[in-house]
Order: sequence, then structure tokens, then C-alpha cells
Amino acid sequence: MIGPMLGEAWRAMGANRMRTALTMLGMVIGVGAVVLMMAIGQGAQYAVAQTISSMGSNLFIVISGSSTISGARSGSGGGPTLNVADAEAIAELEGVTHVAPTHQGTRQLVYGANNWNATVIGTTPAYLDARAWSIVSGHAFGDSDVRSATRVALIGKTAAEALFGSEDPVGKTIRIQQSPFVIVGLLGAKGQNLDGRDQDDTIIVPLTTAQRKVFGTPFPGSVRVIMVQAAAPELMPQVEKSIVALLRQRHRIREEMENDFFIRNLAAAADSAAETTRVMSLLLGAIASVSLLVGGIGIMNIMLVSVTERTREIGIRMAIGARQKEILTQFLLEAIIISVAGCLIGLVLGVGGALLINALTDMVIVISGTSVVVAFGVAAGVGIFFGFYPARKAAKLDPIEALRYQ
Amino acid sequence: MAGTRGDPVIRVAGLGKSYRTAAGLFPALKGVDLSIQPGEFVAIMGPSGSGKSTFMNLLGCLDTPSSGDYFLTGRNVAHLRNDELAILRNRTIGFVFQGFNLLPRMNLQDNVALPLVYAGSDRETRRARARTLLDRVGLAAYADSLPSRISGGQQQRVAIARALVNQPSLILADEPTGNLDSHTSEEIMALFGELNREGITIVLVTHENDIAAHAGRQVRFLDGRIVSDMATPAHGAAA
Repeated sequence: MIGPMLGEAWRAMGANRMRTALTMLGMVIGVGAVVLMMAIGQGAQYAVAQTISSMGSNLFIVISGSSTISGARSGSGGGPTLNVADAEAIAELEGVTHVAPTHQGTRQLVYGANNWNATVIGTTPAYLDARAWSIVSGHAFGDSDVRSATRVALIGKTAAEALFGSEDPVGKTIRIQQSPFVIVGLLGAKGQNLDGRDQDDTIIVPLTTAQRKVFGTPFPGSVRVIMVQAAAPELMPQVEKSIVALLRQRHRIREEMENDFFIRNLAAAADSAAETTRVMSLLLGAIASVSLLVGGIGIMNIMLVSVTERTREIGIRMAIGARQKEILTQFLLEAIIISVAGCLIGLVLGVGGALLINALTDMVIVISGTSVVVAFGVAAGVGIFFGFYPARKAAKLDPIEALRYQ
Repeated sequence: MAGTRGDPVIRVAGLGKSYRTAAGLFPALKGVDLSIQPGEFVAIMGPSGSGKSTFMNLLGCLDTPSSGDYFLTGRNVAHLRNDELAILRNRTIGFVFQGFNLLPRMNLQDNVALPLVYAGSDRETRRARARTLLDRVGLAAYADSLPSRISGGQQQRVAIARALVNQPSLILADEPTGNLDSHTSEEIMALFGELNREGITIVLVTHENDIAAHAGRQVRFLDGRIVSDMATPAHGAAA
């Protein structure tokens, strides 16, 4: 039964080529838009996921803050309330894998006749582990460098290119605040962070050296920021509580007093960024779906016209023995063929468009099998849904009336 | 599909049909009794509005009666559901219309084979049966042509081939010569005569006496009732 019906659907569509093509175009645009928009949305999600993983996972930042001196509260990072001993104590807590006290600021780097302003981070070797930051050339500095405050530095990709161009920075000596530093390692590229700042425009030196030679802190051993990495995402709430309890105890903060530090959960910030792109991606998909819906309504419209035009044909078919369900199937089949064929063309154009955007811009585009399968399923569904009403109308015609129709 | 031997092909008893109109219930058919035996060639006559078209629609299972019974090959079909009526139209009845009613986008062979599609026959059977019947009506050479390429008389021959393709018990022809000139009409009527001599039961609606003269029996309708039912005078001379 389906075999001859397919042939007839083909014939019926061929009799009105222009109309069939235009109806199909609605589906082509709808499906193409869905595929393209989903590719862009998923690309954005992918890009954000990359950025988040470049920050390092399960991170807290403990920021020294708000010491109250004569009633004036200094705000976060205002007072040097944290110190290296706090960091060492946090490292002993359960569920904590890496702890890195850091002190950072922007300073001018000088190499020969070149100079460049970059973020200088004074920290311990644990910082690289916490942030999963690799060394692509040379080597990291060790704890002994921190203890003896040696003048060594690791340089990020952007800063290295600014100072050295294409030269290998490892082994070169640069000056920061008049002090010479030997570059011992080149850091792997990380790209932008969630705030859009270039994480590679950085130079990392031992904490002690930074405090003595670069920043000149009046309180040696005190730090503004301690980076803490928890062993697993589910341990983060418990680790946060332990840090608060420990620091309150170490800083002898009385029950009714505020904390003299802040804890920022970077994982939560990352989650909210991921959520934002997810919502954006959904929004794009939803907007594109509207065009798919409009395409479906186009099919319904044309099928209704077709049923009216072919009223007499329907009457003839009924008179020679077509049952209602056979008339229904015939018209439904036409609607499905139009929508599925439109969908296939739309898929090709959508994927092609995505590849073109990928080739012409630096936007990240991700075409997933899921989005293709979903678009295809939805198109077939649209064909059935919007084809059903006209097909049913055809099947319910009175054969006598239909035969009389001119 | 023939009923038990001896059963009339058609037997209607007290058949009535009323239509709901703005002016109230309009009785188009007011209790008709009629039997048609296998192999008969019956002409249904009457002026427009006499109820003959309503009667033909009921005989053709295109409509169901408001009252009375209709036995088609021995089976009461007065109260069947739509799908069962469709099966009867497909297997038991062959239709020939005034306007030929071929599907314009299909070639003649596919037009003739169309009832077989709804009967569920396979491709090879459909092709072979359609070829045989096109040959029977003398149009095998045009099997691949579209209906628009042949004359009205030829189209009506194709329609007759289509009506015969499922070997029905009964051919219902509604003004089959109404759109044809007198010469072509004679040819079509001669074809009906041949088919009838081969044993096919034919019921024909017409308002032309010389067309009705080809039938062996003439039934006249007026105001929803049968007013005369008689053998054609001097039948045999026309054939």
C-alpha cells in the first residue's frame, strides 16, 4: 500500500513544483536555523567550559580583608590579615589538596630595550598545581627557591612574546623593579579568564622574592590572597566551613565579630557563567524553533489548499474503494515527505553554514549529533502534526459531495 | 463476490432517504422496492428531482438510507460503517460516471489499476489486470498516456475498464453518455451491451429514451417513487 502511495505523493508534489519547493523552503529555513543556532550556542558553551577548566577546578580564593582600625573598615583586601602560616594551616585541613598564598600586582618588566607591564604573581609551587598550569619549556621553581627568595621567574606566553618576540625566553634575565630575574620556565597558554583578562600576560615568581624585591611589603609573611583547592566538588562546602572555622580561631575572632577575610568560591562563579551560556544557547534554539513552527504552518496551509483543489480526486478515490485511513495516509505522507526532504536540505545548509562561520571567524562552533537528530525528529513531527488536520479533512469528505465538486 | 446462487444482486425494500434542508426534512426517496437479478441490464429513468440520483447513490454504497433495507448480493448493507461501504465499493461495485472521472495526472494503466491498489493487490497483478482490461476496451496502445491525450469516448472506455478491474458483481453507470456525442454514445452503449451479454449486471441512469432502449428493463422514478417498471419494448432490436 505504501509503495504506490509514495509514487502518488511524488506525482502530486511534481504537479506543483514551485509550490512544493516554496513549502519545503519553510522547513529548510526552520531546520537550518535550528541546526546553526544550536551549533553556535553549543560552541559558546564549549568555549566557556574551556575557560572554566583553564582556571583550575574546585578553587577557593581566600582574600584578606576588612580590618577595622579606629572604626574605619578597610574593605576586602584592605588589610594584611592573612599570612603564610594561615596558608600552611589550611593545607593541613581535610579535603584540601593544594594551598598557595599569593601576592600579585602589575609591574613593569624590562628586557634589553623592551619593556612591558604584566601581572606579577608571587606564590609557591603549589599555585601551578592548583591551577593545573603546565610548563612548556624549562622548569618550575621549587620550595627551596621560595625559602631562599631566589630571583627566578616563570613567564606567560603573552608577556614572553611582548618581551622576547620569537626568542626562547628560558635562561634570559629580565628586570622587575630594578631587580634581575632569571626566566627558568615558559608557562603553557591558558587564554582569557571569565572576566576577559588574558591569563598569559603574567609572570610568576617565588612569594618571598616578590615580597622583598617587587612589592616591598611592610609585613613580611603576610599575604593578600590564599588560593585553596579542594579535592572534589562535593567537598567544597565542607572545606569552606573548615577554612572559616580555622581562620576565625587563628585570628582570635570573637563570636559576635565579623570575619576579617572573605572566601570566594570560583567553582560557583564558573557554574553561573556556564549557566548563562546554557540559557543563551536555549534562547537561540527557541528563536530558531519559531521559524521551524512557521515552516510547519506553511505545510499545513498548502496541504489545506491541496485538499480543496483535489476534492474531486478524493471523491473518485472514495468511490472506487479508498477507505478513510487510506486517504488520510496519502495526504499525511505528502506532508511528511515535504517536511523530511526540507529537513534534509536544511541540515545540509545548517551544517554548511556552521562550517562556513567556523572557517571565516574565530567563533567556536560545535555541531553535535544530538542537535542533528533532534532537528530531524522535530521536522518529521512537524510534518505529522501539521499534516494531520488537512489529511483528516480530506478523509472525512462526503464522497457524493466530493464527486460533485467542480 | 457473487452471493448465493439465485439471490438477486440487488434487493431493496421500503428504501427511503430524507435530506435536512432549510425548509425542513425533504424526502427524496419515499419507500422504494426493487429487485435486480444477476445478468440484468436495467435503465433507471426519470426527470431531475425524481429521486433517481439519490437511489443511485444508495445503490452505490456512497450513502446510507434513512429507512428500509438494501441487500447487495444477499447481504444487508443498509447500516454498514464507512470503511465497510468502501470495501463494497471497491470489490462489489464498479462505477462509471458522466464526467469519466479519471485521475488527470495518472497514465491510463495506473488509472485502471487504481481500485486494485485499494484492494491490496501486488504490483505485478495490478499491471497485468490493467493491461488485460485496457486491451478489452481496445486501448492497450495508450496504456502509458495521460487521460488528457485521448478523446472523451476513449476516456469513458478507460473508466469502464477501471470499473471492471476488480471483477465486480455490478456496474453502476450514471449518465455515462451524457458528455458524449451520439455516435460515441452508441459505441459506449454497444460496449455495455457486450459486457451484459458476458453476464455482467448493469444498472444505468439516463434520461434519454434511446439510451435506455439498450437496457432490457426500464424503471421510471417520479417524486421519489417508482412509477413504472417494465421490459424494454422490442428489446433486441437495439442490440
